[in-house]
Amino acid sequence: MPRIVQFTLNGRARIDAVADNVLLLDYLREFIGLTGTKTGCDGGECGACTVLVDDKPRLACLTLAATVEGCRVDTIESLQRDGHLSAVQRGFHEKLGSQCGYCTPGYIMASAGLLRRNARPSEAEIREALGSNICRCTGYVKIIEAVQHAAELCATGLSP
Amino acid sequence: MNEIVPAHNIGDYVPMIDGPEKVSGRAKYTADLVTPNMLAGRILRSPYSHAEILDVDISEAAKIPGVKAIVTGADCDKCFGVLPVARTEHVLARDRVRYRGEPIAAVAAVDDATAKAALRRIKLKVRELPAYHTAREALAPDAVAIHDHRPHNLERDVMFELGDVEAAFAGADLIREGSYNCAEVCQNQMEMHAAIADYDAVRDRITVHASTQVPYYVHLMLAQILGMDMSRIRVIKPFVGGGFGCRTETLNVELIAALLARKAGGCVRIAVNREETFITHRGRPETDIRLKIGMKKDGRITGVECECIQRGGAHSGYGVVTILYSGSMLYAIYDLQNVKYIGKRVLTNTPPCGAFRGHGTVDVRFAFESLLDDMARGLGLDPFAVRRANLLTAPTFTQNDLMVNSYGLPECLDWVERESGWTARRGKLPKGKGHISKGLGMACSHYISGASKPVNWTGEPHATVKIKLDFDGSIVVLSGAADIGQGSTTILAQSVAEVLGLDLSRVRVVTGDSEVVPKDNGSYSSRVTFMVGNAAIDAAQNLKALLVAAAARKLDAKPGEIECLGELYRAGAQDKGLTFNEVVTEALKDIGTITVTGIYSTIPESHGGKKYRGAAIGGTMGYSYSAQAVEVSVDEDTGVVTVDKVWVAHDCGRALNRLTVEGQVQGSVWMGMGQAMSEEAAYHDGLMLTANMLDYRVPTIADSPPIEVGIVESNDPHGPFGAKEAGEGSLAAFLPALTNAIADAIGVRFNDLPVTPDRVFAAIEKRARSTPPPGGGRSVAAGDRVGVGGQGPTPALRADPPPSRGG
Repeated sequence: MPRIVQFTLNGRARIDAVADNVLLLDYLREFIGLTGTKTGCDGGECGACTVLVDDKPRLACLTLAATVEGCRVDTIESLQRDGHLSAVQRGFHEKLGSQCGYCTPGYIMASAGLLRRNARPSEAEIREALGSNICRCTGYVKIIEAVQHAAELCATGLSP
Repeated sequence: MNEIVPAHNIGDYVPMIDGPEKVSGRAKYTADLVTPNMLAGRILRSPYSHAEILDVDISEAAKIPGVKAIVTGADCDKCFGVLPVARTEHVLARDRVRYRGEPIAAVAAVDDATAKAALRRIKLKVRELPAYHTAREALAPDAVAIHDHRPHNLERDVMFELGDVEAAFAGADLIREGSYNCAEVCQNQMEMHAAIADYDAVRDRITVHASTQVPYYVHLMLAQILGMDMSRIRVIKPFVGGGFGCRTETLNVELIAALLARKAGGCVRIAVNREETFITHRGRPETDIRLKIGMKKDGRITGVECECIQRGGAHSGYGVVTILYSGSMLYAIYDLQNVKYIGKRVLTNTPPCGAFRGHGTVDVRFAFESLLDDMARGLGLDPFAVRRANLLTAPTFTQNDLMVNSYGLPECLDWVERESGWTARRGKLPKGKGHISKGLGMACSHYISGASKPVNWTGEPHATVKIKLDFDGSIVVLSGAADIGQGSTTILAQSVAEVLGLDLSRVRVVTGDSEVVPKDNGSYSSRVTFMVGNAAIDAAQNLKALLVAAAARKLDAKPGEIECLGELYRAGAQDKGLTFNEVVTEALKDIGTITVTGIYSTIPESHGGKKYRGAAIGGTMGYSYSAQAVEVSVDEDTGVVTVDKVWVAHDCGRALNRLTVEGQVQGSVWMGMGQAMSEEAAYHDGLMLTANMLDYRVPTIADSPPIEVGIVESNDPHGPFGAKEAGEGSLAAFLPALTNAIADAIGVRFNDLPVTPDRVFAAIEKRARSTPPPGGGRSVAAGDRVGVGGQGPTPALRADPPPSRGG
């Protein structure tokens, strides 16, 4: 049965009728058209669909859309400010934390979640925060450098 | 006033020009191209390993409201396949199914739930046939043929002997033989396969978006399968989320989407899930290798005998080429004069294997470098010294006629030896301290920069690039090269900007739409930077000649007097000159919009030889080289191996973009690490047990080491600005470097991959039960052959194979 769900998506208030069994991932991609959030597996294996729910990283593929009632949901499409890349986006672009780019939105949202709660993470903290995401291109070396670079950019006043 | 100089675009750290799209979520991959009226496509897959299809009854499924089209094998009697000699695969199985997961029927419906419901109503009637899930079973004399035209399930057998191998062994001071087994591995690229086919019934045209590395091959196969003229087909490759070889051939997905779209008269999207991607993976086959090497006391190799058996899966795919690469690429890294190779590519009732990164070379290189390490120990030589005793001298042709013009392996060895602190640290790392033993291992590998002869030989140039220049002064590069994340689009932009001396921001690259861009063979065998890069340089030079001529006209000078400084063209240092925009205006005056073409073709000397059938495979314009050292910690209580650090040097000719070269080399090493340590496609009765990323264990960021990259630049005479490939050659060396490091740490050599903690633990237990102390080698006299199954002098131990393999 559909229910009415009120929440904030990328800073905009929404009131939508959502079926009980629709995943947040499918809702974002297929219903809203925000396809920046990626489907990379059959549920909870890869982290490509990571979004922020009230600033905390969450797998959209394991979240029912109906459960975000009253929450703030942020996707990769929310990060740019006045068209400019955020610190984490710049980090991944400039340090080649992204090759094919498919896992990238998930990594960027998980990293943004990390930097929002911990502005100066150690390498071990970065590895832990990104431990449930899979990237098949980079070997992770440049992903770590990307997040470290992003933390430096944040220190100059850029938002994560 | 600042001196005007041409912009410099080669050799620095340059972020990818399509990076902003990827980090902002704006990059559209095939499955992202959602339109309101598209139909959802779903595929019914075989639950049987091997069965004769008696009936596929779709009558009930067709009655479901919302079902718009159903296709089965009856809808298409034509076959597809990447090799012209082996187009034997039906889009949807007709007479038989040959592996679990093979497509049988497909439905297009108004939504996914309806399509799924329809699949459940399709009734299959089959007669099961004996199924063979290992190469050994399939090769048994009484085995039923999986394909009628291959009576003994032997897709291809290769045999060549060059030189005199028997005499070479007779002249050796040490002969060793080992047997090796590498598990089947999957690319597991992050984007799952997807295709969108849109059929225009009014015009009888079709547009297909596909997650592919080879849009041109998709185009060819669509024409063949649909029976449509190629001019009625348009293929678009959007952003692609990795490939690693699984998309170097046309896949069922895009062909099925097209059949459905035409039947439904509309637009159909198929986005398969992760399980479907695994069970149709086209990865690296399970490989059994028996290798024998003869060596002089100083480490020089006298002779090599290699037997290689690959479990190829249910269809040909690239199989013929894979088994040939495994033999031909024994060469071109060391100076070998006596080699015997026996290769068998076997058809089995498992998913078809394909061209995984490092195509055909990886498992054989693992065996070769493992045995070299073992023999170095046997002769009391340093592993580096053994490699140095066998180096090639470039330029040269190998015994099997492969052309080697640039050869940076010696410099790779020097870099790795120095940076890893090899000489000072090897043999001195702590052993058994707190149950942790540390070790260092090294190995080498190499790869081609594109096959010199394309799979579909048409006589056209190997690569074509066009550049358009119009009134706005922007340089638009048109190329069919498929960027799948490796950064080829960026390399093309850099190459063109470098020739013209312009800032990169002036260059735009349009790729991936057959309606607009020139044909390209695709992204595979690391061909794009070399082939398409050279074509881009040629196009840019042709454009530059036009611009110089226009400047000369305007400045009343001879073209030879014109100095091109990118944004300024002038006739001598005293001349005020013309801005780039003024030159463009002049150049357009007579001919309007400019389009120039650049081409590249390989030279015949690079095409390999004719000493045996298939000897062209392995031929390339330039080989990359890699050496690496791996440091491990082995926990002897748990069997867990931790890679502490990797030092890798890669000879890429010249690094056009140091950032992407490093990224490619790190990614290759890491992918080798997955194959070496944890990845394995395991089956039960042909059913894949590891069809998800939890059971198919890819290393996570928590498991992955720092990888330090040294770039060696040997400046290939034919490479674009001297460049060669950077994206594959460093994969293979990781595997043996790891097992060599483990042997150094605990004195146990692992000849079977992956080296999982349970295998390590079992081997440590076994070692504890046997008497000889670990770590020491014993020398073996010539002729003292370690039998099949043995692997060397270090305690003659071998990890037991796991029970779940194959079967």
